[in-house]
Amino acid sequence: MVVPDISTELSGIRLDNPVIPASGTFGFGKEFAELYDINILGSISVKGTTREPRFGNPQPRIAECPMGLINSVGLQNPGIKEVVEKELPELCEIYKKPVIANISGFSVDEYVECAEAVDKVENVGIIEVNVSCPNVHAGGMAFGTSADNIAKVTKAVKAVAKKPVYIKLSPNVTDITEMAKAAESEGADGLSLINTLMGMRIDIMRRRPVIANKMGGFSGPAILPVAVRMVYQVSKAVKIPVIGMGGVSSARDVIEMMMAGASAVQVGAANLTDPWACKKIIEELPKECERLHIEKLSDIIGCIE
Amino acid sequence: MRDTVFKIEENKRIARDVYEMLLKGDASDIKAPGQFINIKLDGFYLRRPISVCDWKNDEIRIIYKVVGEGTKYMSELSRGDELLVLTALGNGYSTETLLNIIKNEPATRVVLAGGGVGVPPLYGLAKRLSELGVKPDVVLGFNSAEDVFYKEEFEALGLSVKISTMDGSMGVKGVVTDVMKDEKGEPLYDYVFTCGPEPMLKAVYNAVGDGQFSFEARMACGFGACMGCSCKTKYGNKRICKDGPVLYREEIIW
Repeated sequence: MVVPDISTELSGIRLDNPVIPASGTFGFGKEFAELYDINILGSISVKGTTREPRFGNPQPRIAECPMGLINSVGLQNPGIKEVVEKELPELCEIYKKPVIANISGFSVDEYVECAEAVDKVENVGIIEVNVSCPNVHAGGMAFGTSADNIAKVTKAVKAVAKKPVYIKLSPNVTDITEMAKAAESEGADGLSLINTLMGMRIDIMRRRPVIANKMGGFSGPAILPVAVRMVYQVSKAVKIPVIGMGGVSSARDVIEMMMAGASAVQVGAANLTDPWACKKIIEELPKECERLHIEKLSDIIGCIE
Repeated sequence: MRDTVFKIEENKRIARDVYEMLLKGDASDIKAPGQFINIKLDGFYLRRPISVCDWKNDEIRIIYKVVGEGTKYMSELSRGDELLVLTALGNGYSTETLLNIIKNEPATRVVLAGGGVGVPPLYGLAKRLSELGVKPDVVLGFNSAEDVFYKEEFEALGLSVKISTMDGSMGVKGVVTDVMKDEKGEPLYDYVFTCGPEPMLKAVYNAVGDGQFSFEARMACGFGACMGCSCKTKYGNKRICKDGPVLYREEIIW
């Protein structure tokens, strides 16, 4: 058998493989570049950026769960100015492919300003609009749980961005396909899903929440079935490409996500427990394709009826 | 940083709920005392960050307290069991900084102040300082006599060790800072290396004018990717796991 073709495509951008580290689990790539050549990655979704610098939420921000974790980092980031002037150019030095700039906001204006700023950066291939962060009040997920708000943000960002705009959706809704359709109707070029599921842990000895902010975003292998289901539902409901994510930890998970309808796949929590996770998945993908008699990985996208 | 399989050589109880584990494997990337390792445990999603007590090229000694399910699982492991370990995490203590201070001020009075499971990294530090010709005093604080460990090990390095216990069952009744001043209440030390619970670190901060403080934090990754353990310092936001766990006294914001 010939070597399987594991390349894929997002809005006209060819990716060598579908594996993309998810925003917030990979910083701006530096820590991982010390460990392996990150140029093997299909792309990188960089740390979520807001207009102003943010320290994020109080400690503790992390709670362990069976097959996953809850985080309440709260969008800690250096602000759009530093990301555009320092972080993205520095990433450009160590990573030679187009990246995904992840932006967040607390108002439509803030999303627009962030989108305008990253749109001008050469190594940005796609703008990923996070309307689904569960860890900030009056922003993030507040947009992502209302179809009207998603439509407003999408429309406003599309009006200023020349680059493809992907809306990152929250799973914390009654019907995610409504959110997906709202984004599509206002011109979104693609969708990223799912963000974390709202969760909570309690320290039963001390009788208080483990996380200072009480609740946070649950991620890890435990949420893979929810993510596969939502990627399946959304990809059937819209015509634009979907980046699938949520608990992906192996080449088999990547294939499952693509069969559900994902054109590319993001790997999140797995990077935190194994810093070489993306590298291992990329190395395993061709072998797994061979085992499953997949000659061209992109042929399986949405193959489940 | 490396991810290496280590084999357990020894895993024994040394005080109430406190265990000492000797791991055999390639530890050659550990550069400084006060660095930590992050241990993968079967059945637990996140690794367990534990400070290095002492190390050689082919072994790591850790001391940990059973505080939850993960450390309970660790305490039940036996000789020959294998563990996947991320090694050489964090900055560790800088002995060089102290040597530079001593060069200018040879009379600098140095102390190592540890509380509970904050004691272990100070042992590796004490060993290396001894090799460099520095003989610091050691003050160790525990809740009770049954919690005390490593007193003899520090003494075997030829160092003076003072113990404080909250209930007075061993040493001086009180906290570590009670044994860091003379009868008149004057400070006995100019420079401190410390590790322990945050209230203790704060007390030590107020008792000694200069030094290096090792902080504990709830972490996810342990190598600087997730921003789970960020803190504010006078020099900007830092990650306890990557930019710490050791912070200089001058940069700490409580």
